[in-house]
Amino acid sequence: MSTHVQTATKATRKAPKRRGTDRSRAENSLARKLVAPAIVLMLVVTAFPMLRALYLSLFDYSLTAPDDREFVGLSNYWTALSDSLFWRDTSNTVMIMIVTVAVELVIGFGFAMVMHKVIFARGTIRTSILIPYGVITVVSGFAWQFAFSNTNGFVNSWLPFAGDDFNWFGQYSSSMVAIMASEIWKTTPFMSLLLLAGLAQVSDDMLEAAKVDGATWWQRLYKVILPNMRAAIMVAVLFRALDAYRIFDNIFVMTAGANGTESISFLTYRQVIEQFQLGIGSALSVLLFLSVLVVAFVIVKVFRVNLADARQEG
Amino acid sequence: MNKLTSRIGTVVGGILILVWCLLPVAWIMSLSFKSQEAVTNGSPGFFPSDGGGAGWSNYKDVLQDDQFRRSIINSIGISLIATILSVIFATLAAYAIARLEFVGKKFVLTTALVIAMFPVVSLVGPLFDMWRTFGIYDTWPGLIIPYMSFTLPLAIWTLSAFFREIPWEMEQAAQVDGATSWQAFRKVIVPLAAPGVFTAAILTFFFAWNDFVFGISLTSTENARPIPAALSFFVGADPFNRPASLLAAGAVVATVPIVIIVLFFQRKIVAGLTAGAVKG
Repeated sequence: MSTHVQTATKATRKAPKRRGTDRSRAENSLARKLVAPAIVLMLVVTAFPMLRALYLSLFDYSLTAPDDREFVGLSNYWTALSDSLFWRDTSNTVMIMIVTVAVELVIGFGFAMVMHKVIFARGTIRTSILIPYGVITVVSGFAWQFAFSNTNGFVNSWLPFAGDDFNWFGQYSSSMVAIMASEIWKTTPFMSLLLLAGLAQVSDDMLEAAKVDGATWWQRLYKVILPNMRAAIMVAVLFRALDAYRIFDNIFVMTAGANGTESISFLTYRQVIEQFQLGIGSALSVLLFLSVLVVAFVIVKVFRVNLADARQEG
Repeated sequence: MNKLTSRIGTVVGGILILVWCLLPVAWIMSLSFKSQEAVTNGSPGFFPSDGGGAGWSNYKDVLQDDQFRRSIINSIGISLIATILSVIFATLAAYAIARLEFVGKKFVLTTALVIAMFPVVSLVGPLFDMWRTFGIYDTWPGLIIPYMSFTLPLAIWTLSAFFREIPWEMEQAAQVDGATSWQAFRKVIVPLAAPGVFTAAILTFFFAWNDFVFGISLTSTENARPIPAALSFFVGADPFNRPASLLAAGAVVATVPIVIIVLFFQRKIVAGLTAGAVKG
């Protein structure tokens, strides 16, 4: 990397130098200047508001009556944590996360295998797989909402087991199916592209050797392909799981939380923006942030994801 | 038998992928051509029924809607400005990460990673409060700033992955051959770095264009409301009956720029999406 190692011979003054050569000090200060704007911007919009949320969460504070702000300690957290609504929404969110990531992993892997092998229409397939990725989540939500609609949709007439006037948004379970369908449709392509990149790294020689040794297709998949793309799979799962945990757009558009389909993000949004309850809303924000940390921690620990792979740098 | 079955499997798989990706898009387009009366009375089925078609009238209606037109301008303006600024800052940071040794490199990369996974909704409350204090609630900068911070991580990753691949010795080789520093930068480094910068720009634009959470919470009027928010608030003449086909037309309009970008820059997008996550 350091192709130009300039020995700072002239510059060896008596000045106290605890950080190596002038060269490395200059590099340090240049790097800091280059990185500073990005770091400041990222922290101004995340760390600072998060600390502010931490502060506001200790108050009984409603924007409809801003003058009645009153310090209440941790009682907002107690209110949130002892409310069954919070736990219902958390379990909805966790369920959406697990189901969508699992389904996406399977379908995405299938897509990646096909894209890896396909010879005809390679460009067409790769172009079209980017379309769901690019489509706005709100649009995806609308498309699927109308598709599942019993007055204007086509799903009922295409599915053999659903009656023509079955109302998908009439009860909890089928509403969740519709929400998850739109989420899975939109994000599977992203998953499959990450997996495709991992698949490209499995060496053909190894597969060929396994074939010569008489390994069946399944054996090659389980013993050669999957272990060799472990890193790619884990990174894809981590990214998608945390993304799924934030689910908001589809639910807002498709059910607006009706029939108990709220996610934890939606609950937080409702408290803050619709009801102007900044105190309890901030407590929910903090809890949401903490729960994302927990989810990330669990995934990293359970699956032993190597984060250096994710950001390519140790 | 092996060769043939795997061949057939690939072809069937390819067709499945195409159906998966394009069917919902075709559906929303088909819906956008159904007439509003047909939709109100209920017209199940994929294609517009006989006499239930509306031609281009839904598109005309939606494009004549002032609020929607305004939201298109907002979305384009906000997304473009956020993209340009974010890519400039990310380029500086990524150059430092790829080329320089410095204390705190780990901190930068970790911050970026954490922010990329941040639950955006948890910021909505404090930002809503702060933006109103600063007077940038419901303005373009009020959306541009959060979009920049949330696209920086992706842009920094993508760009530093690209920059690491650039043969920087060529810059010196050019200088040895008599080029000035500026010429070496302009003629050697810029052409090598441009594809990476461009890819980062596309991904950043996608994010800004797609955002919904900030779009609905940090705006209140058509002053800064972007397309996704405008679509979700679009009620039409009869608030009790959502104008599905009008909405579909709006959705298609909102999707057109994305499809155009995808069609032209497919390779770059794929390279960028995977560069940040897997060594390649």
